[in-house]
Amino acid sequence: MARIIVVTSGKGGVGKTTTSAAIAMGLAKKGHKTAVIDFDVGLRNLDLIMGCERRVVYDFVNVINGEATLNQALIRDKNCNLLYILPASQTRDKDALSQEGVGKVLDELKKDFKYIVCDSPAGIEKGAHLAMYFADDAFVVTNPEVSSVRDSDRMLGILASKSRRAVDNEEPIKEYLLLTRYSPERVKLGEMLSVDDVQDILSLHLLGVIPESKSVLNASNSGTPVILDEKSDAGQAYADIVARYLGENRPHRFIDDKRGFFGKLFGSK
Amino acid sequence: MSIDSQNKPYKPFALEFKSSTFSVPVLVLSSDDLVIIEHQLQEKISLAPEFFRNSPLVLDLQEINKQGYDINIVALTDIIRKAGLLPIGIRGGNVQQNKQAIELLLPVYSIHSGGVSADTQKPKTIIPVPETKTDIDADVVVDVTTTTLITQPIRSGQRLYAAGDLVILAQVSAGAEIMAEGNIHVYNTLRGRALAGVRGNTEARIFCFDLQAELISIAGNYKVSEDLDEAVRNKPVQIYLQDQALIIKDIMQHH
Repeated sequence: MARIIVVTSGKGGVGKTTTSAAIAMGLAKKGHKTAVIDFDVGLRNLDLIMGCERRVVYDFVNVINGEATLNQALIRDKNCNLLYILPASQTRDKDALSQEGVGKVLDELKKDFKYIVCDSPAGIEKGAHLAMYFADDAFVVTNPEVSSVRDSDRMLGILASKSRRAVDNEEPIKEYLLLTRYSPERVKLGEMLSVDDVQDILSLHLLGVIPESKSVLNASNSGTPVILDEKSDAGQAYADIVARYLGENRPHRFIDDKRGFFGKLFGSK
Repeated sequence: MSIDSQNKPYKPFALEFKSSTFSVPVLVLSSDDLVIIEHQLQEKISLAPEFFRNSPLVLDLQEINKQGYDINIVALTDIIRKAGLLPIGIRGGNVQQNKQAIELLLPVYSIHSGGVSADTQKPKTIIPVPETKTDIDADVVVDVTTTTLITQPIRSGQRLYAAGDLVILAQVSAGAEIMAEGNIHVYNTLRGRALAGVRGNTEARIFCFDLQAELISIAGNYKVSEDLDEAVRNKPVQIYLQDQALIIKDIMQHH
């Protein structure tokens, strides 16, 4: 049975698209046929992060409007043949999406794919609403600062009350916390909320912590999901997250200050 | 209840007068057009039919009398009964209206007893106080009919209203709002806004495991986070009203 995962946050710029790209790639690399959909109509980014922007012919809105078939619009990833991308339209806005249209596309994808990752736009308006509406699982991406945590909390409330599962009185969406751009050093200095602080406020199952890392920016610029950079801390953190989501038991990393004795001695304060 | 007084060797008291405080909705009328009143009443009721079913109601005539309208109490009570409400008295009526009410066996209340006015929802609300200030045992009976139990967290932006008591086992996030006509119990961290006794029950209390609330209110008497004493912050507390002042007490400190 296919599962629909929404990657959401409320707040913008916390790493939703980076996360969507990484986990979609991670799931596909584990042998599961995966589709990743960009719901950010009008501000399309996923294709850039996935490095397929030059191969976009048709998009999500074309499929909803019946101007193209799903097979015409899906782009196969160049790194992994089990991963497909459904890009957003750049020339339209969120009103081009309809609940009925999105539902139809997802139903069709469910026949053929194991995982469908929905990259939500920021905000709590129509685009974000439609991205989460049909979800089975939610990855709530949060930065360790108060406004991001507050917005995630708001989004969790919406997942619990406005999603299809909530409306139909089914088993609620499974919610997972992903803490991104985490810097143990800054937590130590009291400049950033700690993992415990965030979990205390959100009381949510922690799927993983992604450390603040240069490799994320490098990956975005080169159009390869950061999970493929197996040497990088962020890449390893996303690999852990995918493994944990699939049921593997992996201890949490990147939560404590990793610098060694000399690093601490000579490192900047 | 069974009456078994004949079995008793002595004669117990068969009755006792007690003074009780109730919170009752007041219908403030501002038009004498019975057709419009009936229409708008139906509209309001259709929004929350369960809430209004067989609800007691006091009719407030002060406004229409001030505007110089006259209204037929008999026809008016007919409309209200037809809508499924149970009128239990009037207030603010003129001599003629008061006489009509008494003939209909409807008590006449004094306007000075206050009440929640329908159009001005000020934070300070006063509940109708019993007319007769008796020196009989003033035991306040609070009629709590239902308890709402919530096990899921109440997230930022969510609002919750309970007609009776509200019991929450999970946390209440900052930016969430919980309201109850009765008491509120939060067996977790309370970070949002909590309003107990929202229809004027001054006996309502708020209990929580860890007080970090943005706002707490009982029967309209409120305090914002900034006004909370540091000594009670992050503590398990109970909050109640005493002489119109909110008292916040650490539950553990008494032991």
